[in-house]
Amino acid sequence: MAEEILKVEHLNKFYGDWQALHDINFSINKGEVVTLLGPSGSGKSTLIRTLNGLEPFKDGRIYFHGKQVDPNPKTWQDLRQKIGMVFQSYDLFPNLTVLDNILLAPVKVQGRDKAAVQKEALELLDRVELRNHADAYPRELSGGQKQRIAIVRALAMHPELMLFDEVTASLDPEMVRGVLKIIKELSDQDHMTMIIVTHEMNFAAKIADQVLFLENGRILEETPGQQFFDHPQTDRATEFLNSMDF
Amino acid sequence: MAHSGINVLFEGTNFLRLMGGLWTAIWIAGLSLILGLALGTILGMFRTMKSRIIRFILRLYLEFFRIVPTVVLLFLVYYILPRQFNVNWPATWMAVLAFTLWVAAEFSDIVRGALESVPEHQRESGLALGLNQWQLFRYVLLPQALRLELPATINLATRVIKTTSLLLMISIMDVINVGQQIIEANNQTYPTGVFWVYGLIFILYFIIDYPLSKWAKHLTAKQQY
Amino acid sequence: MSWTVIQQSLPNFIQGFKLTLWLSLVGIIGAIIVGIIASLVQYFRVPVLSRFFDIYVEVARNTPLLIQLFFLYYAFPVLGWKMSAETCGIVGLIFLGGAYMAEGFTGGFNGVSKSQLDGGRALGMSNLQLARYVVFPQGFALSMPALAANVIFLVKETSIFSVIAIPELTNTALDLIGMYYQSNEYLFVLVVAYAIILIPLILILNWLERRVRYGTFGN
Repeated sequence: MAEEILKVEHLNKFYGDWQALHDINFSINKGEVVTLLGPSGSGKSTLIRTLNGLEPFKDGRIYFHGKQVDPNPKTWQDLRQKIGMVFQSYDLFPNLTVLDNILLAPVKVQGRDKAAVQKEALELLDRVELRNHADAYPRELSGGQKQRIAIVRALAMHPELMLFDEVTASLDPEMVRGVLKIIKELSDQDHMTMIIVTHEMNFAAKIADQVLFLENGRILEETPGQQFFDHPQTDRATEFLNSMDF
Repeated sequence: MAHSGINVLFEGTNFLRLMGGLWTAIWIAGLSLILGLALGTILGMFRTMKSRIIRFILRLYLEFFRIVPTVVLLFLVYYILPRQFNVNWPATWMAVLAFTLWVAAEFSDIVRGALESVPEHQRESGLALGLNQWQLFRYVLLPQALRLELPATINLATRVIKTTSLLLMISIMDVINVGQQIIEANNQTYPTGVFWVYGLIFILYFIIDYPLSKWAKHLTAKQQY
Repeated sequence: MSWTVIQQSLPNFIQGFKLTLWLSLVGIIGAIIVGIIASLVQYFRVPVLSRFFDIYVEVARNTPLLIQLFFLYYAFPVLGWKMSAETCGIVGLIFLGGAYMAEGFTGGFNGVSKSQLDGGRALGMSNLQLARYVVFPQGFALSMPALAANVIFLVKETSIFSVIAIPELTNTALDLIGMYYQSNEYLFVLVVAYAIILIPLILILNWLERRVRYGTFGN
């Protein structure tokens, strides 16, 4: 029996009168990769941001390790130490060096030993081939490098679940590959549990165990990875996949 | 005694006189703003021109007003015009002149900033549509610039209004000067009158400036989203 | 324009110059301290206190310094609270400047981008940690232009001290004009004196602003 990490039940989210998410239900097991696909404005980003409390939700339930999340700021703050997130805009802190960006949260938030974290941070930097940039400032890095650092920064927290919100959307095409390669490795070698919002269909096809296809804030289709791309169940998903091809 | 000090405001024509003084301050501020904004718009347009000499001279003009405090500006006009140029205007006119030149300098920089912040591609797409320079200015740059410069302009207006408090220094019968006279005339009967008179003037300035600065803040916040 | 007149007036102007510098320095440092306290209280929405500072900022920013000084110098003694002219000047400048500085810092804090806040939150930071490690370092850098403008503004505002007879630069010039009637010379020295203070100050502040911005944001 696979261990369930996260489960979402009957989640509804509103912006004022407008409903952004309608009755969302899904779960993810340890080591699984779920990708959220769908056209712009379908609610993918809103959903993934809701999963670590960056967006509040009106009703429904989120369970982490089978325990219902009490949606108050303190609970979320603790939970975010176990749920890593990487954004489209990298969001490295511009006033800190690469190494300090990585050390900040493990040392100050988790209170871990600085020397130990630093050793681990350098190993992680090695892994993304950026060890020699440890003392650089974010401004000295390319977009692709920044995004790899942002992934390392999240991993240094020892997350049990990683959320990736369109992490390659603002990168130059030649930078995209390096970032996706790291995410793929995280899945293959580390068996990291991940939820990924992306527009890279080839990548999604390779990495997804499960695809959630969203439109207008609803999950239209929930299909195992490869099957979604070969035989989508809904016309809307077929149309969407065709539109992504050139 | 202390509690009755407030009555000094309503003794005789005191209140009316204070309001008359306030009116003097307001019309000087209003007129200077109108003239200064008009002159400033023209100077601001010149400051986006290619000619280096014009830009340099106008920049010097602006920097002069950045460096010289407004009090000093009032005295420069007040002393130099009559003594050097034999211009014997009433002090109120001189205040309008000093304020107008100051407002024009500050506003020219606001206009320049706004014009330059209209994205280059807006200018290019205007030209690509076959607009001439004047049409480009009138239909593309000016409307966008106006929207951008409104909050800064309102803030400038609040500063001009506050600066009218300096008018008494060149003997203009503004609200503070009138207030001083009332305080002195009633010092025997109302020793605490000074508190109430200055208190009222304080509140009057606040009542005028506060809504304006709130409005500017509101507009700025709206532009950011 | 007579150079002898100018020369003879220089000792007086040097006194005034020193006083203007001194009052500006004390007033500006005080204003920055008040501004930091007020903006922090407002940022953390400390109950009651933040409401108090909200009102303070609006009142101080929307009334002229001259009236604030008249209140301190003429009206307060009636209530039994008497201060020297210099003290009134400094208190007035801190009262006015503190509000401007608070506005500047608050603007900087609010200018920190939402995605930076998300980035910090996603790392499990508490609100206090978010403020300490994300909002304040970036916010102070963003408020540098406002800080610089306020410093220049406050130095110029000291000229208003002349109304309560503090013998700073402007008051010195007015006294001399009253005594000797040589307005051209004295006004000339006065303008030059302000230029000597403000031109280097503007250049230093510009340099500082660029340095802080580069140190924080790299552009």
